[in-house]
Amino acid sequence: MLLITCPYCGPRDESEFSCGGEAHIARPLAENSLTDAEFADYLFLRDNPKGLFLERWRHAAGCRRWFNMARDTVTHEIVEIYPMGSGPASKAGKAAHAASWRRDTAAEAAAKPAPRKPRAKKDKAS
Amino acid sequence: MASDKPHQEGPHQEGPDRGLSGLPGGKPKYSAFALARQAMQYHQGWQRAWRDAQPQDEYDVVIIGGGGHGLATAYYLAAVHGVSRVAVVEKGWLGGGNTGRNTTIIRSNYLWDESAAIYEHALKLWEGMSQDLNFNVMFSQRGVLTIAHSEHELREMSRRVHAIRMNGIDSEILGPDEIKKFVPIINTDQTIRYPVMGGFLQKRGGTARHDAVAWGYARAADDLGVDIIQNCEVTGLRRNGRRIVGIETNRGFIKTRKVGCVVAGHSSVVAAMADIRLPVASRPLQALVSEPIKPILDTVIMSNAVHMYISQSDKGEMVLGAGVDKYNSYAQRGSFPVPEHMISAAVELFPVLSRLRMLRHWGGIVDTCPDASPIISKTDVEGLYFNCGWGTGGFKATPGSGHVFADLIANDRPNSIAAPYALDRFQTGLLIDEHGAAGVAH
Repeated sequence: MLLITCPYCGPRDESEFSCGGEAHIARPLAENSLTDAEFADYLFLRDNPKGLFLERWRHAAGCRRWFNMARDTVTHEIVEIYPMGSGPASKAGKAAHAASWRRDTAAEAAAKPAPRKPRAKKDKAS
Repeated sequence: MASDKPHQEGPHQEGPDRGLSGLPGGKPKYSAFALARQAMQYHQGWQRAWRDAQPQDEYDVVIIGGGGHGLATAYYLAAVHGVSRVAVVEKGWLGGGNTGRNTTIIRSNYLWDESAAIYEHALKLWEGMSQDLNFNVMFSQRGVLTIAHSEHELREMSRRVHAIRMNGIDSEILGPDEIKKFVPIINTDQTIRYPVMGGFLQKRGGTARHDAVAWGYARAADDLGVDIIQNCEVTGLRRNGRRIVGIETNRGFIKTRKVGCVVAGHSSVVAAMADIRLPVASRPLQALVSEPIKPILDTVIMSNAVHMYISQSDKGEMVLGAGVDKYNSYAQRGSFPVPEHMISAAVELFPVLSRLRMLRHWGGIVDTCPDASPIISKTDVEGLYFNCGWGTGGFKATPGSGHVFADLIANDRPNSIAAPYALDRFQTGLLIDEHGAAGVAH
């Protein structure tokens, strides 16, 4: 049984929450350029570590807001709770984020906007 | 006329009918005569059922995981495919994982053809297993009744029953009155929160003694020379390029060119040793038993809507299973709200249970797949095979799973039953969505 501290409502019973699975899976922007295997990384494959796991939770029977959690899947210890849109702050959480195979996938690379190209100078003569 | 033609046989009927007769069981043979002979000797002469094998330097095939599926795979490799040097390595003790933790329910009433093929193949093997293995697995075809609690569920159920029957598998719809007659202790009052509005029954379904399945396969496999190595944890998969050359264990390196991985909840962990990623999530699945009582329930009752299933063991304990926990875990324990929810549903459906005391409660870690169907597959690594993703419902498939997985390993290509369960379905999108049939009962 987990006692989860909702960042908006405080500590509440586990039964008030729903778990949204692995956190930090970004949808590829240019999915047409990905192969089926690369897109499957985003769509079906999930990290399933034995140890610290970064996951999304929602206070479903409370404020209904989403947040992230770094939780150990062996001890169930909650190491860190941090807001959506940000990465883990703890050392262990950062290490888990960096260690995930997902960081190296083409799907994740395709989720970031392409670096902006320097705008070509207009020809004044035209 | 089309009706003159023989009935189009589904793929499941390619398999054996009622076990594989003529397979070698374990020795010495268990029989009434053996029992009488031993009785004369005060039962001093029984031999141990399998050797405590020590790891050798090299094997033709190594199976990782000494649960039901792994032992069945090893047995069929030796018995059907004649592979002589097979080892099963198990980090704990034989059958100590999900094989000893499930609620022993067996059925083959799945929606899709691919599922019908493998689960019915398994059910037919169950029907002859005690004879095949010369070991009483206490297979009891007491029927499995799935209950519907709403009009919509009933309609969906009717669709499933027709699909099941089209695959030549027995299944029938029952109304509330027939259910009451079949299960006198059930509460069919229509005013309860989830009233019994109907259900469907697979009479050939039932239960088996889960430990006996592991023991029976272990004994018969051991007799064929399979080494069952307990307390041997795999710590690495050694590769040469894209080919497997052996496994690292806490008891040293074992050389082999074929590794079959059947480790359920730890599939992702072992896959990571070969840089393979699987679409599975490891979740706790919980069950409990009550104190033993006189026989009150001679069938298996399941309810998908309220996430509860119940049967009575031969010892008299009421065996209850719950739904899967909502978060990933490797802890082999679940959270309290899940069994609490299941017990409240059980007590409403069976008021007679309300004053029973619970005896034991446990959790096992199951590897759930996105489409609630298993993975029986080759991998990118030559010689490395995976049989996983059985999620909440692997026990019922034990013999079928082992049989087709042994075939895959021996021939390095899947047969028609295993082929749809290849890992590449998560790239092609040819999923086998069995959430309706596999979601709850195990």
